[in-house]
Amino acid sequence: MEGDIVQMGAYIGAGLACTGMGGAAVGVGHVVGNYLSGALRNPSAAGGQMATMFIGIAFSEALGIFSFLVALLLMFAV
Amino acid sequence: MASESMGVEHVSEESGLVFHPMDQFIVKPLFGDGPIAWYTPTNVTLWMALAVLAIIALMVLSTRKRAIVPGRGQSIAELAYGFVYKMVEDVTGKDGIKYFPYIMTLFLFIVCANFLGLIPGSFTTTSHLAVTVVMALAVFLTVTVLGFYLHGVSFLKLFWIEQAPLVLRPILALIEVISYFVRPVSHSIRLMGNMMAGHAVMKVFAAFAGLAVIAPVSVLAISAIYALEILVSFIQAYVFAILTCVYLKDALHPQH
Repeated sequence: MEGDIVQMGAYIGAGLACTGMGGAAVGVGHVVGNYLSGALRNPSAAGGQMATMFIGIAFSEALGIFSFLVALLLMFAV
Repeated sequence: MASESMGVEHVSEESGLVFHPMDQFIVKPLFGDGPIAWYTPTNVTLWMALAVLAIIALMVLSTRKRAIVPGRGQSIAELAYGFVYKMVEDVTGKDGIKYFPYIMTLFLFIVCANFLGLIPGSFTTTSHLAVTVVMALAVFLTVTVLGFYLHGVSFLKLFWIEQAPLVLRPILALIEVISYFVRPVSHSIRLMGNMMAGHAVMKVFAAFAGLAVIAPVSVLAISAIYALEILVSFIQAYVFAILTCVYLKDALHPQH
């Protein structure tokens, strides 16, 4: 019985950890949106900043990945 | 009829499509089904070897002629070389060019493994944490050792930001140290998570295709997700390579 409750808590926690994805989505959208609005104002400078945009996406996405990691840990390690 | 929320299990019972979306990631030995030791040839080793063969075919065989007007294979190889070269030069600067072969190797391996994994029925080696962790840890150790080798103890200035006010510096140093050691974690899990999630989503939609009512929607969705996965495969390889460049730049120029 106690083990079941612990497992239920772990599964609920893993599901809740998925809300972190929403944060990553907001972050990535923010980065790309701002890149696009800047690129439309000055299209000639857009190409050079592509790499910076991808680095920004990667850093912002990393925090979403940590929520995925927490979900995985709760599913398989706890 | 089954409600859609429990579609996956129900469909598999009805139409005989018995598979779990995560079944595609099971590591199996190629010959027989004995226990897996470190030397056992498995489907992972097979598809990794195929990725290496694909790289050899692209970069060695297709450029063998060294034609002045490149053919199809040679222009892809030249395009890939130029793309990675420019990326390394842009991010790390002139003195990072020395490490270009390493980044080129990483990029080509990941991009080939990702694309081979998209062939239906194949195995995505980069969806396994063990594979990506080896690559990410190799990058992390290389960069750390290189930083200490080139700069000695003053490599630690990477964590001691001199532009910041003195009061803030210890706090910033703590944050910088944590973010430094989290790098291999995020570096490896980003690639593995993206590949695994994408392939699992495709399999979930494939399970819906067994239900005649929503089969057309499901097939369209698989096609759309497949197209997205092609994009993601390339972008994740690019992101892995460019983050390697960023880490390398930190090792080459620790004083921000």
